[in-house]
Amino acid sequence: MEKQNRFFTNLKCRECGRLYEKKAIHVCDYDFGPLEAAYDYDAIRSAISRERIEARPQSMWRYRELLPIDGEPTVGVQVGFTPLVRADRLAKKLGVRELWIKNDTVNYPTLSFKDRVVSVALSRARELDFKVVACASTGNLANSVAANAANAGLTSYVLIPANLEQGKVLGSLVYGTNVIGIHGAYDQVNRLCSEIAGKYGWGFVNVNLRPYYAEGSKTMGFEIVEQLGWRIPRHTVIPMASGSLLTKIQKAYNEAVKVGLVEESPFSVYGAQATGCAPISTAMKKGVDLVKPVPKPDTIAKSLAIGTPADGYYAIHAMKETGGHAEDVSDEEIVEGIRLLAEYTGIFAETAGGVTVACAKKLIESGKIPAEEGAVLCITGHGLKTQEAIAGKCGEPRLINPSLREFDEKIGSDLAAQTH
Amino acid sequence: MAISVRIPTPLRKLTHDLDTVQVEASNISELIGSLEKTYPGIQERLVDEQGIVRRFVNIFVNDEDIRFLEDQATALKGGDEVSIVPAIAGG
Repeated sequence: MEKQNRFFTNLKCRECGRLYEKKAIHVCDYDFGPLEAAYDYDAIRSAISRERIEARPQSMWRYRELLPIDGEPTVGVQVGFTPLVRADRLAKKLGVRELWIKNDTVNYPTLSFKDRVVSVALSRARELDFKVVACASTGNLANSVAANAANAGLTSYVLIPANLEQGKVLGSLVYGTNVIGIHGAYDQVNRLCSEIAGKYGWGFVNVNLRPYYAEGSKTMGFEIVEQLGWRIPRHTVIPMASGSLLTKIQKAYNEAVKVGLVEESPFSVYGAQATGCAPISTAMKKGVDLVKPVPKPDTIAKSLAIGTPADGYYAIHAMKETGGHAEDVSDEEIVEGIRLLAEYTGIFAETAGGVTVACAKKLIESGKIPAEEGAVLCITGHGLKTQEAIAGKCGEPRLINPSLREFDEKIGSDLAAQTH
Repeated sequence: MAISVRIPTPLRKLTHDLDTVQVEASNISELIGSLEKTYPGIQERLVDEQGIVRRFVNIFVNDEDIRFLEDQATALKGGDEVSIVPAIAGG
């Protein structure tokens, strides 16, 4: 008799509410609405407490009653519980009272927040008996599926746009996965994957396993709440590709209240995009919820280059409901954001991190995030993966011969100059 | 003209489990009407009461999203391949 999770009860259509069995399905038969995991919050409320959670190992699975698998996790058991770093110098630089960095650049094992969603998806894939797992990816997801599948002994196929950053391509190939490079933009890769999923019966983590996959992102939100000392931050800035992460952070904050971990308190979520692909930000700024697709995304933030974000509509509603906003930034501002974060907090983020910092800067400057309040920035991937974006933009080493005299003349004078 | 239409899994119950069907149509609007004649019930899954394509339905002609072409007025010619795909994304 298979173990059944009494807390995770069904899949449910986000549009019409129809209930479905907990299988590898992702769309409502009736209106194609996305399916989402549904929980028995009352049962969860009775079963968990801050103390119980605090006693568990430091990983994302300390919140397992709120995650959609039936048994114990078998893939990605050590993922998550990344540092929440207080960034006073950056806060001062950007002109806000308090700033915290949720640092998923060091998430285990593949240095991005995607390990969270893959841990859930592959654990569930195993429960549903899939032998081959796959994904459509702008880079980080492919790395994570490749690594976690290798660890779990599952065959995997990762489909990516052929022109991704070198670090992300190698960072998938090395695990022995099947990397398929598509001559096209991410949106075309995605559409192809939904057709392959229908035909080959593979477990695509972000297609037919999406309702399970998506829930993993909530753990970033739960950890923020716990690490702040069990409180919901007043403002959270989140990068948006499909918009899924932003909606799941809102869901996590709301669930933390629902299951009695924290008291209700006002909070706002803000979405960050790159101007070269900002369909959600554009709609939000226009005050509409109809997201117009971007046919040819053009930005160095390739990880966010999704021209047709399926969670765009929900992301807009999350921002509206919480009194948040969206913002978008140029490629130059993105690089500046990466450098600000590195120079003021010692954290090296990929382009999506630069987008988040640069958008936070704009939101603070415009007063949308008030100067006397505090914010959490979700930094989702490590900078070593997108080195091309900052190449040549951080200066160069000063080159000298191995001579103390030369050092004195050219370098030693640095500090002397500063003290005068 | 004979147009080949790829049917996504959730709609195959309405097309006798066929994953590809052939219809006659000269644009997308007509195509939806033709599909409805042969496979009743399919139209209301694709468009709402105002005739607008539902939010989570994407339609492609030869791999191009019709929203980047002429939406339902997008013209079709013999040999074209139309795909109906639920809208999903992720990164």
